[in-house]
Formats: sequence, structure tokens, C-alpha cells
Amino acid sequence: MLKIRSGYLKEQMANLSFALPAIVIFAIFYIYPFFKVFQLSLCNWDGISPFVFSQHFVGLRNFKDVMADRIWWESMWHAVYITLIALTFQNALALALALACDQEIRARNFFRVIFFIPPILSEVVVGLIWNWIYDGNYGLLNHWLKILGLHHWAHNWLSDPTTALTCIAVVHSWKGFGWGFIILLAGLQTIPRQLYEAAKVDGANSWQIFLKVTVPLMIPVFILVSILTILGSMQVFILIISIMGQGLAYHTEVPVTRILASMLGSSQFGYACAQGVVFGIVLIILSFGQKRLSRYFRQE
Amino acid sequence: MSNNKDIILWKHKIIPKIMGIILFVFCSLNIFGCFQPSKSKSQNSPSVGQKKKIVVWHWMTDRHDYFLELAKKYKDLTGVEVVFELYAPSDAYSQKIRAAGQAFTIPDIFGILAEKRDFGAFVKAGHLADLSQELNKDNGAWRKQFVKGALEVNEFLPNNEFGVKPGIYGIPIDIMTIQLLYNKKLFRQAGLDPDRPPRTWDEFIAAARKLRDAGIQGLVSGWGEIWMIYCFATNYAFNIMGEEKVFATFRGEVPYTDPDWIQVFSLFKQLSDENLLATGIVTMVNKKAEQTFANELAAFAFNGSWCVNVYEGMNPNLDYGVIMPPSFSQKYPMKIWGAAGSSFVVNDRSLRKNEAIAFLKWLTMEEQQLYLLKTTKNPPSNKNCLTKISPLLYEFTKQMDNSTHPNIWPAHEFPVVIERFNKGIQSIIIKEKTPEQLGRELQELKEQELKRQKEK
Amino acid sequence: MKRDGLKYRIKRRVKAFIIYLFLSIVTVVCLFPLAWMLSSSLKSQSTIFSDMSIIPRNPIWSNYAEAFIKGKFWIYMTNSIFYTTLVVFGIVIVSSWAAYAFSRLKFPGSGLFFNMFLAAMMIPLPGSFVPLYVLVNNVKKIIISGLHYISPFLLRFFSEDTVLQIFSFIEQQFYPRSVYIFCMINVGLSLSIYILKTFFDKMPKELEEAARIDGCSKMGIWRHVAMPLARPAIAVIVIFNTLNVWNEYILAQLILTQNNAMPLQRGLMVFQGVYVTQYPLLMAGITMTVVPILIVYLAMQKHIIKGMTAGALVG
Repeated sequence: MLKIRSGYLKEQMANLSFALPAIVIFAIFYIYPFFKVFQLSLCNWDGISPFVFSQHFVGLRNFKDVMADRIWWESMWHAVYITLIALTFQNALALALALACDQEIRARNFFRVIFFIPPILSEVVVGLIWNWIYDGNYGLLNHWLKILGLHHWAHNWLSDPTTALTCIAVVHSWKGFGWGFIILLAGLQTIPRQLYEAAKVDGANSWQIFLKVTVPLMIPVFILVSILTILGSMQVFILIISIMGQGLAYHTEVPVTRILASMLGSSQFGYACAQGVVFGIVLIILSFGQKRLSRYFRQE
Repeated sequence: MSNNKDIILWKHKIIPKIMGIILFVFCSLNIFGCFQPSKSKSQNSPSVGQKKKIVVWHWMTDRHDYFLELAKKYKDLTGVEVVFELYAPSDAYSQKIRAAGQAFTIPDIFGILAEKRDFGAFVKAGHLADLSQELNKDNGAWRKQFVKGALEVNEFLPNNEFGVKPGIYGIPIDIMTIQLLYNKKLFRQAGLDPDRPPRTWDEFIAAARKLRDAGIQGLVSGWGEIWMIYCFATNYAFNIMGEEKVFATFRGEVPYTDPDWIQVFSLFKQLSDENLLATGIVTMVNKKAEQTFANELAAFAFNGSWCVNVYEGMNPNLDYGVIMPPSFSQKYPMKIWGAAGSSFVVNDRSLRKNEAIAFLKWLTMEEQQLYLLKTTKNPPSNKNCLTKISPLLYEFTKQMDNSTHPNIWPAHEFPVVIERFNKGIQSIIIKEKTPEQLGRELQELKEQELKRQKEK
Repeated sequence: MKRDGLKYRIKRRVKAFIIYLFLSIVTVVCLFPLAWMLSSSLKSQSTIFSDMSIIPRNPIWSNYAEAFIKGKFWIYMTNSIFYTTLVVFGIVIVSSWAAYAFSRLKFPGSGLFFNMFLAAMMIPLPGSFVPLYVLVNNVKKIIISGLHYISPFLLRFFSEDTVLQIFSFIEQQFYPRSVYIFCMINVGLSLSIYILKTFFDKMPKELEEAARIDGCSKMGIWRHVAMPLARPAIAVIVIFNTLNVWNEYILAQLILTQNNAMPLQRGLMVFQGVYVTQYPLLMAGITMTVVPILIVYLAMQKHIIKGMTAGALVG
């Protein structure tokens, strides 16, 4: 009995050793800072004075303040808005492109390269370029609108509270659809051609083929793309700083910019950490919501 | 085949063992990471056999090459090696210096990119050396060579509100003022006299109206960087209600709903209502505003003395003049922000403190200041050099007597209120809020913060 | 039948035309900002905002040479390539081991650890740079004291200068660079493990059984069966992590101290001064940084599609 036991344990340890490097690195660079950040969120600290836990501890007061902070929740809504636009337009576009490229054999490689160029650019660069395009004085967008004769549409895109956030969402989608495209295209390519042939023989038109054949098989891929989109869009901030500077009177704030403002601007490190924890909780709730939805669709 | 099996089995055994050792090492290191770093001086000992070497951290990308030149010169002169390390942009620098403060790895010399409150926190944490003794040595020889007002920014007076031990903790290497510029060519185009720029608010509005009617944008400034809004607003606040009342507001004795403050906010409303501001001004970073002015799209610019160098690079033919912001009221003087541009501080725990101070002394001597003046065109902090600056720069510096700066104010506003103040003015400019609304909102927030401060 | 054939052909032609039109429009929208970036890199600082043309009249090709020299690209690009290669290699190995373990092997806590990795994807840690920095420096001090301790022993074999050089190298080059590499490995770990695990889950068990019968150890199965099948997923995480490391500079500035250890983005920072941004040089520099990534992507994207017929990316 003991021999079998020790052999079993040995095997388990051997299995563990496969995951060990990852776990060790993760423990050092994520778990330890995680507990530290959580500890800091319970304190009132400015980030500069020497940190003494007993001295700076204030309990859950930071969290109470976060829940009452109207601007924080507004910024959360802005991030959700950007995410919604990304989930709908960006992913619809990616899907349409993937479907188109799935059918066209010619030049497919060409398009695969082209559509992946926006994600390659760093967010700083993208923000800079689109700032030029949207600019009220020198902007290319206004320039081309005037050439096309649509003067009245020429606008101060980034200084107008009604259009600023949408412009940012457009830039984010522009940068992001390449990822969705690649993943969706890969997923589409796994669907065996015979299914399409069989459906055509049965007399189905393109739309029915799409609904009955493509969509059910692609649902797991859709879910993966959605999760990645949600996580990526909620955390956008470098793009916003790059394109807008410090933002337009709270209209273009997102959670991460608020956290940075608390941390470096008002030197409220503990409060910033509390904001970070709350943000993490929101993201987890969103992701679990996604998973529930996925389970529902799979059972269908 | 069995040979392979042996090899495979051997690999199978060794690898977990190696993993175990690595795990053990990492765990113990992790445990060490939980200890607070000790503050004793020995922790800052020069790491493994370095000779006299002074390390300087800064964020000033434009000057980095010139700093390196000066460091080389200093080494030839004294044998002391000075290493300049650049961390940019300023956000990354702020993060690094704060993290270094926690780990006690601050370099010998560095700059503080922060407001007075954070500056004070650094002093209280024991990171900064008090330089007043050095400055006052030899009957104040070092101190006297600085332009008036340059040192005061780095000084904490007795009974200051931050509870910091009084003293001077930083050395300025240049000065700056923020004033109003106007484009002489565009003036002529609109039919205005370039030699008689507006001196009062009404003259300013009239001139801007004329420019607007001639199709030229009025005032441009980097109001996407909200501190510039604060600068403009407080200038006029001082002009309208006087210093004392402004400081009283910071202390909470005067509400933001006071008519004088509403008047300050209404100035912005007026500029916005009459379309006298450049398009997109609320999202412009300063660099963008400088481009706009340099490309002669706007006739007025609210900017600092560093712009002389910038404009020269963008448009050498730009014909412009410098004036004080036109005063609204004659009751109190108009004040501008002027003070040390960039300052260096010395690490109090550094083992090379004396060498660091000696280097800073050398850096602020006339010859080195002239070199920096020539290469970066920022006004020097050494007043003996002021005779050698260009006429335009002189226009900026001659108003140092009328200057003030948040770092020398006896009272300070809460950072959250300042943020709301600035963003609120942005809202006024984009016609979302009225001055009265902003006043009420600010007062509400201020009262909340005061209550919270009492609870501490 | 013949009539149907003609209608069918016309329908197909129209459909093809619409598809190509759609793709072309999106291509233009994609490429346009890039073209703008390229054309800006050939203009001069004074004309960059007034000149609206896509193809500048007098292209200044020397901008590229100037950007390369001024931005010290050969140092920074070498560093970036160094970091990217090591980090990507490290992530592929570490995450595929871990994903294989989570997917196919049983051990205590596997569910817990995997969920932790998932949660890490969702919980960003602003402010983590402070505890991280403190930890890194504490470890550095320990290492330095350790080195001091063994220095008498080393002095028996080497001259003092050599010992000093070795120590200085360890402290200023080896240690920060290694820490940075491990830090970046951690950044990409969660997503890579997630993608690879879902892939490994779809791996047919029969292949594994066959290999085991042949006497393959777990490591052997990993190397000979799992990895080749996972090639598309590996290509995806290679691309993803290459991008991450290539465009990263915040952590680099925090952990690295020596200028000659800095990655590429540092070279670009040189053009973005506090007061003056040299736009044409910046654009030229950015263009130069995009090229290597494009090459990596081109090399990898063949793998994504090629292996597709052998297994699904996700199921």
C-alpha cells in the first residue's frame, strides 16, 4: 500500500513540476504584488512617506469612497461604452472580413497581412496619428470632408463632448479588429468544407448556411473573441492619453486614467489601489457573465 | 530502446529536482522581499568598488546631451564622474522616483516633478538634504547669485502648513515665467497696432474681437494640460480679489461661490461665448498650442519662457512680442507664475553628498549657465547671466518681480479640488456649465474635503 | 440548366465584386494612417503640419539615417531583439509546460492554480510597480552582499580588477536584464496558458496513448505530440508576446538602470522632448520599429493557417 502511495505522490509531484516554473514566476511577479496592493488599498498613503502599515491603516474607508465617487463610475461607464462599440462594430467588421476572406482564395494572404497592421502599431503611435487626423485645425478628416463638399460635417471632433468618446472608440476598434479577424478566420477555416457542400446540395442559400452551419460551430470562437475584447477594451488608457492628453473635462476618463490620476496626480496611493481592486472585481463579474452566457449558448 | 528509456527516466528525475531547488530559492527570496529595506546609510554604500561617482536622475530629454557634455567637462576638471540617467516621459519618471523612494535607492542628485505637498513629503521622509547651510556660507555667496524668486520655490518657511522642517532643499538651474504672447504680423493684418498691445482686459477683448472678425483665432494655450488653466485662472484671481482672499479660499474661509470667483470663471465664459479662443483649445497639449501659434493660426498665446526655443525651431520668422496678461481690475496687481524652471535636489542619505553639492555649485556658476543658455535657450537662474540673454527672453524675465508660484504660497488647495476646478473650467469653455454651477460644485467638494481632513 | 448556369455566374461575379469592394475599402482605412505616418517621416519639421500631401514633394530620406543615429537604434534595437527572443522563448516553454500540465496531468491544486491564472488576466494591478521595485531591490542587495561574501574566495584566482568587473557586470547588466525578462514572461503568461490549455484540451487522446505505449515519458509526449499539434496556438502567442515586449517601456524604465540596456521605445523617447517633439524623426523611428514585427508576423502567420486542418484552435 505504502509503495503505491509513494509512487502516486511521486507522480503527482512530477506532474506539478511541469507547471512549477510558471507558478513560481507568477507567484513572484503577480501574487506577491497582488497582496501588497490589496494591503495598500486598506491604507491612506501618499506613495512617498515611508510606509508603516499600522500607521496608515484606515480599513475599508477607501472602498466606501470609491463606491461614492461619481466620477469613478462615470469613467467606468465610458469604458463600458468603448467596450460595447468594440463588441458590436469591431467584431462585426472582423467577422465580415473573416467571412469574406474565407471565401476568396486569391489575395487572401495579402489581406491577412494588411488587416493585421493596425494591431502591430503601438498605442502611442496610433494615438498620435489619429490625433492628427481628427484635429480641428490641421486635421485630415476635416480636410477630406471639405474636399468632398461636406463642410458642415467638419467638426472639432475631439473637443466636442458628444463626439470625443465615440472618436476614441472608433480608433480603438480600428486598432483592434485585426486580432478578431485573425482568430475568427482561423476558426472559420476549421469548419470542414464538406458541411458547406452538403448544405448547398440541400438547397440552402448563403444566409441559411451562415445561420445553421457557420454560427453554431463558431460559437466557442465568438466567446473567446468576446472575452478578449472585453478585457482589452475595459483596460484601454494609453490610447486615450496619447490621443487626448489629459482628456476633455471628465468626458473621456476611463478607470485606468482615474487610477493614474489618484496615484500620481493627487498622491492618494491607497485610494488608487482601492480603485484598482474595485476595477478588478468589475472585470471578474463581466467575465463570469460572459462564461454564463457561453454555457447557455453551448447547451442550446 | 531501453537506452532511450534510461535517458528519458534520467531527464524525468533531474528536472523536478532542479525545479524544487529553484522553488526553494525563489521562495526564500520572496520572503526577504517582505522585509522593509533598512534606512541605514550603509545600504547606500557604493555597490562593489566604484570610485567617486555621482548619479543624477532627470526627465529633461531636450537637455540630456548638453548635461552629458557638462559632465564630461566636470570630470576633466575635478576627476569626479557624474552620470546623468534619463527617464522619460515625466509620468515614467514620477513612478520611478517614488518607487526608488520606497526602496531607498534614490540617486545622489535628482529632480522632483511634483507640487509642494509631495515635495514636503519627500523632505519629511528624509530623502532631501537641507542646503541652506551651504547657501549661506561665506556670507551667502552661493545664495546671492540666484535670480530673486528662484530659490524661494524650493524653500520651506518656518511654520509652513506641511509641517516640514524649514530650509532650502533644491537648487534651480533655470527660471521661467508664463506670460501672454501676441503675433505682430497678425495684428497688422487685422488692423491693430503691434506696438500698442492690449493692457487691460477690455482692450484685450476688443483686439480679439477684431482678430476674430478678420478670420484669425484669438487665444491659444495648452489647456488640455489642466495646470495651465490653473495658471491663467489664478493669475486673474490674484488680480481680481487680491492674494489674501485667494489664500483664504484655500484655507476654506471664503467659498467658491463668492462673486469674485464667479467673476474669474466668467472670464472664461466670455472668451468662449465670443469665440475668442482657438478651436479645440480644451484638448490641446502645450506642444500643440505652440504649433498653432508658431504656424500663425492664432494671434495670442499663453505660454512660458521655454517657448522661445520652441518657436525658433518651428518658425524662425515668427514676429511676436511678450506682455503681461491684460489686467481685469486695477485694484490689485496682476501676477504671473514665475520661478525656478527645473530644480535639482540632493539625497540626504547619499555618501557622496558633499561631492553632489559641489557639482550643483559648479552647475549654477556663470560659465555653465551660459552654456545651458546657449544650447537650450532657457533663462538661467544665475542672475549674472541675465545680461547676456536675448531681448525676447529678457521680456520674459524682467517680470520676475511680479511673479508668484504655487510653491511659495502660504496656503494650498486640495489636489482633488484643483482637478475639479480645472476640469470645471473646461466644461465652462465647452459651454456645459455656468460659472455659478461650477462655484457651487467646487464649494460642495471643498466642504467634503475639509470635513475629511478634520476626521483624520 | 443553361439559364441557371448563366444566372449563377453573374450572381457569383456580383458577389465577388462586392466582396472585393468591401475588402478594398477596409484596406484603405487600414493603410491610410500608415501611409500618413510614412509620408510624415519624409517631411521636415517646419512643413510637417502645413504640407497636406501624401507624397511630399521633396522627400527627405536622410530622416531615417538621422533617426537611426540620433536614436542610437543599433543599441536599442539589439536590446529589444534580445529581450523579445528570450521572453518569447521563455513564455513558449513555460506556458506550454504549464498548459500541458493543467490540461492532461493531475496534480494537487491544478484547478486552483489555473483559475488564478485566469483571474490574473482580469485583474490589472496598478500600483504593483512599487512592491515589485522594492522586492527587486531587496533581492539585489542580497545578491550584492552574497558577492561581497565570496569575494575573498574569488580574489585567490582572479585579479581585483577582474573581480570588480564581474561584480559590476552582474549588478548592472545581468541582474536587471534577467529581472526584466522574467517580469515580461509573467506579463504574457496568463493569456498564453489559457490559449494553449484550450488547445491541448482538444488534442486527440489516441495520439497520446500511442506515444505512451511506445514508451514516451510525459516530457516526450509534450515534445513530440503536443507541441507540433499546437503550432497554430504557439504562433499566436509568439506574435502576441512579441508585440507586448516590443512595445513595452514602462517596466523597462523602472527595472533597468543602464542606458545601454534599454529597449527600442527608449530610442523613440529621445525624439519626444519635454518641450520639442521632432515629428519627422519620430515617424521615421516608428516606421523602423514596425518593420521587424511585420517580419515576425509574416513568418508566423503561415503556421496559424497551415495547421488549421489538423485541429481546431478552440472547440
